[in-house]
Amino acid sequence: MHDQVFAIIAQEAHRAPEELRAEMTLEELGLDSLGLVEVIFAIEERFDITVPFNANETAQEQFDITSVGAIVRAVEKLVAGDTPSAAVA
Amino acid sequence: MHRVVITGAGTINALAEGVGATQAAMAAGRSGIGALQFSDVERLSVQIGAQIHGFAPEDRFELGKLALYDAFTQYALVAGAEAMAQAGLENAPDPARWGCIIGSAGGGHGTANDAYRAVYAQGKNRVHPLTVPKLMANAAPAHLAIRYHLQGPGFAVATACASSNHAIGLAFQMVRSGMVEGMLAGGAEAMLNFGGLKAWEGLRVMSPDGCRPFSADRNGMVQGEGAGVFVLETLEGALARGATPLAEIAGFAMNCDASDIVMPDQDSAARAIAGALSDAGMAPEEVGYINAHGTGTAANDRIETAAIRQVFGAVADHVAVSATKAMHGHCIGATGAVEMVACLMALRAGVIAPTINYSTPDPACDLDVVPNVARHVQVGAVLSNAFAFGGFNAVLALRAI
Repeated sequence: MHDQVFAIIAQEAHRAPEELRAEMTLEELGLDSLGLVEVIFAIEERFDITVPFNANETAQEQFDITSVGAIVRAVEKLVAGDTPSAAVA
Repeated sequence: MHRVVITGAGTINALAEGVGATQAAMAAGRSGIGALQFSDVERLSVQIGAQIHGFAPEDRFELGKLALYDAFTQYALVAGAEAMAQAGLENAPDPARWGCIIGSAGGGHGTANDAYRAVYAQGKNRVHPLTVPKLMANAAPAHLAIRYHLQGPGFAVATACASSNHAIGLAFQMVRSGMVEGMLAGGAEAMLNFGGLKAWEGLRVMSPDGCRPFSADRNGMVQGEGAGVFVLETLEGALARGATPLAEIAGFAMNCDASDIVMPDQDSAARAIAGALSDAGMAPEEVGYINAHGTGTAANDRIETAAIRQVFGAVADHVAVSATKAMHGHCIGATGAVEMVACLMALRAGVIAPTINYSTPDPACDLDVVPNVARHVQVGAVLSNAFAFGGFNAVLALRAI
């Protein structure tokens, strides 16, 4: 799952997956708000999950996007079914 | 150069049908936002909107004509009929010198949605034969033109959320320059269907629970629908035929951020606001009310506040600014036209529509947002802001007359 999320983010950022490190932020990778929603869409399609993300919420409590590693952990939680209100973004 | 006045106004939106009823709802701070009702709504993550309920098109239009009227055209015709009646016009007084410009982002979106559903989901091999003339975005101005013999300039404007202000602004410029005697102008939108909302859902900018402009707890926009149509004509023409001017359109400015496709730009928005003031020969001190774009998204409300402060300076603390989208929803291509109804209420009745659902001050939105309760105050001039996806800004300046 780690590799798949890295691959998705890398593709949107036009980087090679091996260039990504867990502590990198999306900003460092040059991903803007539209790049982010494309990443989320690709994650939803790949893992058949619904990501509870609203671009208006500054504190993304249900889906942490502060770094590449945080996104991997958030996806792992979602796939494990740990986020109760996933459908209510 | 001619002075340009509005002599007729019409609207239908989730709050009400009719300018009077809409203004009463706005003055009362009522919300038209509720549970969306259409097929497959349960498959959406956002299920609220400002939808028009109880509108029975078969009771309003001849069945033969209805086959050509998408909902956005129906709304434009309803609003246009009200505006023409108020202006005291059966038809254009001089057809060749009267025209029509209607803003719409989605045009006949529901018609396209239904046709796609038929061929893709239901496996049908044909759609209704009039699908194309029904869904085209210029159907609304076309049917208004047919109905009222508007044989001068006519077209649709598509600048997303600024479409109405562009339509009214362009019509204003045509009348002011003497190119035409009068125009029907406004906007119409009917995108509240499964395909339309599903597309919006992907952008992650919609609120699942309500529109709260300028409030710190805001979490996105809420979609609406409807139309607003206005009769614009020269002041001398209006007086000559005994019509009552409702307000004067004094200035208009439009520009483009030419930067990000969705993120608003403070300097560019400020240039549009300053441009409208300049075009109207209006000092910031003259403006008593600004109908904000005020979508309730994190980005718009913060950047719009900064843009207003940039233009108005210290005067910004003394200008009432409200976002009526919390009541009628974001009517996208029709929104500026529906918001013009609030501007007319401020200029004519001295009632400033409130920004409802306001609970928590946001330091980044520190304007006088007329929270929750309408305000009674004499207003001599107003601005109406519209800042669209694509970076297209359109600001109108009006004066009481």
